[in-house]
Amino acid sequence: DQVLHIVPETFQQVQHLQHLCSTLLLDLWKPLLPEDIGAGEEVHIRVPAPLVQEVKDSLDQHLISYKILIPDVQKLVDESMPRERSTQRQEQGGYIYTKYHPMEEIDQWMTQIQKNNSELVTQHYLGKTFENRAMYYLQISQPSNKAKKIIWMDCGIHAREWISPAFCQWFVKEILQNYKSDPKISRFLQNLDLYVLPVLNIDGYIYSWEKERLWRKNRSPYMNGTCYGTDLNRNFNSSWGSIGVSYNCSSEIFCGSAPESEPETRAVAHFIEQKKSDILCYLTIHSYGQYILTPYGSTTKPPSNSEELMNVAEKAAAALMGKYGTSYKVGPTSLILYNNSGSSRDWAHMIGIPFSYTFELRDKGTHGFVLPVDQIEPTCEETM
Amino acid sequence: DIGGIGRKYHLKVVLEDVLDQDSTVNCTAEVLYHLGNKNVAPDVQFTLEGELKNTDEADNIFYSRIKSLEEELVAENIPDSHGNMPPEMKPIHLLAWVASGYVIWQNSTENTMFQLAQIKHVKQVKRSDEYLEFDYTILLHEMVTQEIIPWQMTVLWHPQHGVQVTQ
Repeated sequence: DQVLHIVPETFQQVQHLQHLCSTLLLDLWKPLLPEDIGAGEEVHIRVPAPLVQEVKDSLDQHLISYKILIPDVQKLVDESMPRERSTQRQEQGGYIYTKYHPMEEIDQWMTQIQKNNSELVTQHYLGKTFENRAMYYLQISQPSNKAKKIIWMDCGIHAREWISPAFCQWFVKEILQNYKSDPKISRFLQNLDLYVLPVLNIDGYIYSWEKERLWRKNRSPYMNGTCYGTDLNRNFNSSWGSIGVSYNCSSEIFCGSAPESEPETRAVAHFIEQKKSDILCYLTIHSYGQYILTPYGSTTKPPSNSEELMNVAEKAAAALMGKYGTSYKVGPTSLILYNNSGSSRDWAHMIGIPFSYTFELRDKGTHGFVLPVDQIEPTCEETM
Repeated sequence: DIGGIGRKYHLKVVLEDVLDQDSTVNCTAEVLYHLGNKNVAPDVQFTLEGELKNTDEADNIFYSRIKSLEEELVAENIPDSHGNMPPEMKPIHLLAWVASGYVIWQNSTENTMFQLAQIKHVKQVKRSDEYLEFDYTILLHEMVTQEIIPWQMTVLWHPQHGVQVTQ
């Protein structure tokens, strides 16, 4: 379709244009109505593609000169639409995994996932957030008479890292869609149970949707309600409060009033503590930076199984890079990023979980926390 | 370590064109962080091994577009919460990115790592000369403290004369 720009000079030309518009039912953009076409005044007409040649020939015949204002209307329309429209995939009962979802939709999704995959998935209550919201995790477990080790993965401990919960949802979808057909996944589930907590910091996540996109912490009040939020990833009982934190509530890395002072931290810690002898691997998903981080953040002294930890992490980074060429740096937080204490990953390792990793997903700062929706799919696919 | 003066880093980096990841230029640089007075920006010396791409055409298209606007440009939240940015805002965002690079340099120490997180607000300021002027409120993210720092900057730009930033 093209949009033509015409300035009729004579009354005859005006009449001809009016005739064309009404007989061919052309889309007049300017003026509003054919009767308003006047000599010496600008006319814009959208001509459907199949009629373009005919209209141009007719204008030429009547010695009416024209300009092409828009050579391809569809192209302009496509460019103005947000890209998610064209990458929408209807999966799992219509849930769109390539866009970010608010908390109510994630809650509904969890219920649906359990319903649609009840032979494998159960939803479990973990605890309550400060604002009294229920925290749920999904257990993906193939029935068997074997006792199975557990892999735990939590997402969304920091509210603004939206790609993280998006990844947890994607991960669940991928496992459930492919466990029958993909031999790797099927073998995986024969030997391991997966526990996934899609959003750990629910109050913070909701706050980042409704009030402040770049909020990080939870929403518990301090200083008589004049200051909000503890950094949940500084609140665990691993060298708590020693380094890389602030004791001031107004800081983004405020570690809380005591280790596990926050209900969200307690909910996760109590559960993991209980199950720790069965948990093989603790994964916590963050953004951004493109790192696979191993313990510790609080000291440069390497963990006891540091060689093995690094080995596995390096293999993971290589596999990830194989997909889209995205490069991830691997190593202990204290060496390659910064010092911090009270992190969930350090704590998990300290209580005996052998493989404990923090993933910092895309990107490296170009978009940072506000990763565009068209990167959800590639990020999730490569991380998978 | 340079006694009494500060700490110098010798870097070999690869510059990658944001708009064309296959276009790269090698660069060697020396960065000197001063001891003592933390309010002074680090010294930077650099050498490019190669040439930067010519952007005259895109620059002129953008320049003409803004010059021909009937009303001064105003916009908010670039990108938006979902990471979206209308294509016509891309040059505005790139300009902010370059300008924020200057602000970041002026405020960096060995213990900071800044990134531009978002443009909160941008307003074009009418000028009688040939420069374009934009007032930006940006949000900078600092990795170590995890803080989000709002920053006000006024940016002047001209296709031939480049970027100037006044904080």
